[in-house]
Amino acid sequence: MALRRSLLWPLTALLAVQLAGCAPEGGSGGVQSQKLATITGRGKLICGVDGKLPGFSFVGSDGQYSGLDVDVCKAVAAALFGDPGKVEYRDLNSSERFAALASGEVDLLSRNTTMTLSRDAAGGNGLSFAPTTFYDGQGVMTPANSGVKTLKDLAGKPICVESGTTTELNLADRMRELGVPYTPLKFQTGDQTYAAYLGGRCVAVTSDRSQLAAKRTSFPSPDQHILLPDVMSKEPLTPATVNADPAWADAVRWTVYGLMQAEELGITKANVAAKLAEAKANKNLADLRRFLGVEGDFGKQLGLPSDFVVRAVTAVGNYGEIFDRNVGPGSKLKLDRGVNRQWKDGGLIYSPPFR
Amino acid sequence: MTTVLRRLRSELFPTRGDGLLSIALLSLLALAGVGFLRWAFFQAQWLVIRANATLFAVGRYPAEQQWRLWLLVGLLAAATGLSWGVLRSHPRRDRTGRLWPRNDRVAVAVLVLAGLWGPWALGLPLHLQARWWGLLALLLLIRWLAGRHGRRLGPRGLRLVALIWPVLYLSGMVLISGGLGLVAVPPSEWGGLLLTLVEASFAILLCFPLGVLLALGRRSDLPLLRWGSVVYIEFIRGAPLITLLFLGQNILGFLLPGGLAPDRVWRAAWVLTFFAAAYLAEAVRAGLAAVPRGQFEAARSLGLSYPQALGKVVLPQAMRVALPAMVGQFISLLQDTTLLSLIGLMELLGTARTVMANPAFLGKNAEVYLTLAVLFWCCCAALGLGSRALERRLDPQTIPSAS
Repeated sequence: MALRRSLLWPLTALLAVQLAGCAPEGGSGGVQSQKLATITGRGKLICGVDGKLPGFSFVGSDGQYSGLDVDVCKAVAAALFGDPGKVEYRDLNSSERFAALASGEVDLLSRNTTMTLSRDAAGGNGLSFAPTTFYDGQGVMTPANSGVKTLKDLAGKPICVESGTTTELNLADRMRELGVPYTPLKFQTGDQTYAAYLGGRCVAVTSDRSQLAAKRTSFPSPDQHILLPDVMSKEPLTPATVNADPAWADAVRWTVYGLMQAEELGITKANVAAKLAEAKANKNLADLRRFLGVEGDFGKQLGLPSDFVVRAVTAVGNYGEIFDRNVGPGSKLKLDRGVNRQWKDGGLIYSPPFR
Repeated sequence: MTTVLRRLRSELFPTRGDGLLSIALLSLLALAGVGFLRWAFFQAQWLVIRANATLFAVGRYPAEQQWRLWLLVGLLAAATGLSWGVLRSHPRRDRTGRLWPRNDRVAVAVLVLAGLWGPWALGLPLHLQARWWGLLALLLLIRWLAGRHGRRLGPRGLRLVALIWPVLYLSGMVLISGGLGLVAVPPSEWGGLLLTLVEASFAILLCFPLGVLLALGRRSDLPLLRWGSVVYIEFIRGAPLITLLFLGQNILGFLLPGGLAPDRVWRAAWVLTFFAAAYLAEAVRAGLAAVPRGQFEAARSLGLSYPQALGKVVLPQAMRVALPAMVGQFISLLQDTTLLSLIGLMELLGTARTVMANPAFLGKNAEVYLTLAVLFWCCCAALGLGSRALERRLDPQTIPSAS
């Protein structure tokens, strides 16, 4: 009997928690998110990353994770706790990432995951995607002195490609569309492909742009190779949470949007404190005051502290700074912003208004 | 010397054709060797290893807690010296009574060279180099002391000395993971060689008793036990390790949500254990089959109980037969830990992959993989040497030497 009771209690408690989680939310502006409660109770965010991807997530010599994906985790942790260090990273491979998210083993998946319909749909993987943090896509690299400026210049020239990949198919499709004849040189492995390219057997090599940039850093003279501006496929790499907890998904979504909006407003890691002081002093800067949480209840609506944007930007800087530091000019990858520019500069980075 | 030359000549150049073949092969070998050395000394950039030495050794283990690992290495060195010295001070029938037989002198030379060259080659700061010298000196000092005075211990003392290893293992685990007043270091922050050794040693130590039980179960007369063991062994042997690892990582999270599931590191360690136990059971079963049935019957007829007959007569003989196969299993288990990098753990291979993803060290794959190969070779060679020493020790045929 005693045994049965000892078993029963935790079960009842578990049931109660489940029911509380399912209870309809009141419209009082407060937020009931089981996930948020779990995370704040735990005192740290568990973030699923790749861990082995140059520029996106890797462990530096000092034992610290860094990269663009990692900075998203840090920003969310900073928004929640005011401390970007309160993250536990889980290295996930591509086959277990969704299971880890669905089982609740990680709170947030920031692991260069392409947003697609089947991954988003409730009948598919049932993920909830935050804003895209990196628009990747298949690109073409060529020696700077080859005179090739666009895909059309590659007419009749050999292009190195890994065989049996979507990369190979994309290249064929795109070149057929453009009506540009070319000679594909196919190789079994990535290493062979790049060796052939460096050996001068082809004038161009194609793969995902972030991959090309990473490979380029290991070339003998990286500056002598350029990425063409053409992008042949859509790979929007996007952080994700589970569908089941919209409040948590919103918190992540608007933290990421906050990083983008901060760049648009010219708020950087260096000047965020000054901007905050300015907003506090001047009552007329209503937009800025709301964005930085001086007035209004945006944070409360999301279940976050009111100054969550300030915390995130203080920790990792705005979106542009994150990009530059990890994959852009400030890194060895030296990718240009391309479509990852702000919408005002003709890119796709666009934060909806904070109001 | 001349005999060596003569032997070489008769083996490599007995006829003209053989001679030509030998020359061709030797020059090919020499070319490869020279090419490798030229790469290793002039082209390879070993900075990737030097800069990430800590990462390779202990992963993301917090720097302010690393003194615990140094303490553990110190304890290990002391225990090694003690056991080594005491064993030499008690000559067995296969040993000369000398305190420093030739094998030991070679071992000391290798240790001294590795202890001096390794830290220097890694470019460690001087105080860390000095720490390694200290550890080396500690090992050799205790080896020397134990060798001189170990004889006073007597048989009971000898047994006590053997007991320090399990004690050391348990306290080592506490030192690594924390608890008992130490700050807890979660397994997700262990990595590199540390994690590889923790996983491998955990699995090796636990799969052994489990494997013996399964082997006995499979030979049992009780149908339920026998069929249970058969089903278990055949199920595990019928599935690749990597699928079992994925199963452990993915399914347990669903079955035990809310952080109740053990940490990923321990989940993987248990999967490795259960996997290795099935294979080990078959090796032990082969050993059991090699012991004539008469041994058991004779033991029983002498009045030994079933467990006594098994534990004192049958199993020791079976173990001796099964030992080479078992050590083979342990070595492959050690190498199987590299699969853990595929499920996102930062053991040696996982660490290597994240190091190679660091934009500062992109394209340094050859250096990293070569280092990994050398590390694994050292670990496996140690296991192999240990097993051969154990085989000699257990071999009743070893001729008593005149000492």
